[in-house]
Amino acid sequence: MLIELKDIIKNYVNGDVVTRVLRGINLSIDEGEFVAIMGPSGSGKSTLMHTIGFLDRPTSGAYLFDGENTENFNDDELAKIRNNRVGFVFQSFNLLPRTSVLDNVMLPLLYSSTKTGHESRARKALESVDLGERLHYMSNQISGGQKQRVAIARALVCDPKVIFADEPTGNLDSKSGAIVMNILEKLNKEGRTIILVTHDKQVALHANRIVTIADGEIVEDKLVPNSLRIHSKIIKEDEE
Amino acid sequence: MKNNTLIKEIKTTIKDLLARKGRSLLTILGIVIGVAGVIIIISLGAGAQSLVVGQVTKLGSNLVGILPGKSNENGPPTAVFGVQIKTLKLSDIDAIKNKSKVPNVTEVASFVSSNITIIAGRESVDTKFTATDGSYTRIQNTEMIKGIFFTDEEANSGANVIVLGYDVAKALFPNGNEIGQIVKIKVPDNNPLDTNVSNSIPFRVIGVQKKLGTVTFQNQDDQVFIPFSIGQRKILGIDYIQFARIKIDDAINVKVAMEDIKRVLREQHRIHDIENDDFSVRDLADALKLLTGITDTLRIFLALMAGISLVVGGIGIMNIMLVTVSERTREIGLRKAIGATQANIRNQFLLESIVLTFTGGIFGIILGIIVSYLVAIGARFAGYDWAFIISPFAVILAVTVSILTGIVFGLYPALKAARLDPIEALRYE
Repeated sequence: MLIELKDIIKNYVNGDVVTRVLRGINLSIDEGEFVAIMGPSGSGKSTLMHTIGFLDRPTSGAYLFDGENTENFNDDELAKIRNNRVGFVFQSFNLLPRTSVLDNVMLPLLYSSTKTGHESRARKALESVDLGERLHYMSNQISGGQKQRVAIARALVCDPKVIFADEPTGNLDSKSGAIVMNILEKLNKEGRTIILVTHDKQVALHANRIVTIADGEIVEDKLVPNSLRIHSKIIKEDEE
Repeated sequence: MKNNTLIKEIKTTIKDLLARKGRSLLTILGIVIGVAGVIIIISLGAGAQSLVVGQVTKLGSNLVGILPGKSNENGPPTAVFGVQIKTLKLSDIDAIKNKSKVPNVTEVASFVSSNITIIAGRESVDTKFTATDGSYTRIQNTEMIKGIFFTDEEANSGANVIVLGYDVAKALFPNGNEIGQIVKIKVPDNNPLDTNVSNSIPFRVIGVQKKLGTVTFQNQDDQVFIPFSIGQRKILGIDYIQFARIKIDDAINVKVAMEDIKRVLREQHRIHDIENDDFSVRDLADALKLLTGITDTLRIFLALMAGISLVVGGIGIMNIMLVTVSERTREIGLRKAIGATQANIRNQFLLESIVLTFTGGIFGIILGIIVSYLVAIGARFAGYDWAFIISPFAVILAVTVSILTGIVFGLYPALKAARLDPIEALRYE
């Protein structure tokens, strides 16, 4: 098992008010899975993703990542895991402004322990999202779909086991969204674990398993039958 | 390897700062002004000091001064503070002139001086008189543009003759032809020997001194010279000497002669314990030490004042860095999400403020050097023998202080950035 959550509880305390966001989550995800986490807003799906992605710590419960108990990891160890074991793709891209596509993709390598071959690794990551030609464009000179692909390349550059995508198509038109989903599928086929957070059923149907969460609890966890699964067509850059 | 990363980070930081040129420039302005201020003050201080020291040294290194009143060796003599001490008499000077007691003495000049009003026809000038002996011209190089200085005979006989300083001559006789004219000096009302109030003494002008300019903060052209006995007795009505200057045959013998003079004065005043000395004997080295001591203190004080503006500049940096941190909250969140540790984020912002203050320091040094150089040119143009001095110490100090300012005032914003929660930072609008 790559990811094993046991009785994960997350409470937010604001003064005297305790908000119970996750109320005992048990979830196992195997390596190579493509899992969509669905649920209405406020259901706790983002908090769950942040917890699995080491951006947040659970209030209680055990989290085993690749067989390792992560409970006692300190901030620096969590930063290291975020750097080279997982990768994030956000709804709003979060690229650095006034910075080239190549430099944006190289950014995680700045914090990694490998000190050489940064540029060639970034180039390779950009080629895998079909942006090998746009290395020196500034991040504000490219379209939204291209921005999200740069973000995917950035998530890939440290060769993580898992990629977390939080509403990756939320800010994109349907064509750009299809390209992004196609890339995620391709990465999954190459063996990478993808965890996708979305409220959109059509997006979720790209995954092979859908976990539905409501009020901080898992209400449904089922595999997607092949007949229902959506596969994005490969759309070329010039058709965009 | 580590160095490469640092250089890369510095490059990135510079690129970031250049992207916000206008703001970066305004941010460092306080540091630029502060550093320039420190450099200018230290440079001008050194220039002024070398000017004064040069002027004093010109007086000659074989001169010894005697002042009434005991003084600490490193401190200024009490007479400087305007306290009148009456212990030094003409009989003391005669004893010093005695070759068998102080063999190295060649000339002695006694002095009294005071502020007086001098009148010529309808013109009247408030100035300072110096009453001294004919030996004055052999101790001090007195250059005259007109006439002569009074002789030993004139001085000893108490002739009513006067030598005018350049400025006084100009004020009293705008048309020139001073020589042979009669001027009057008003006797001060507090003269104990003179009962006739509003009395004045006539003098015949026999010489006008060459323009000397300002030496040790005193205008040397705003004074007149009269024979010692007239000044002492008839004008001030006193029986003591305010100051004596002694010329020694050779600079090598100055220290020996000083000891001889002290011994003679102790004999004269019947002093058995050095602790009870009621006089001070100083040579030029002492005077220079005193002078540089005072100007050094002044320079350090002024440089500290300029340093305060560095603190103000530092607060400006902190202010802007706090704004930068809050503007870049999302970026900080993203960096943390992709693996930046707290130390990475802290160093990034610390580096940014250090680059800012360091750049400010460099600009400040350049500005300071330019201004100091212009002042030196201006002073030379005005006729002063002004040296353009930039001390490496001042430059190193300025750079160090500006980098330290960056660290001190950048630390709080940097720590604030480092402690941001990644999720909240990513959600920040």
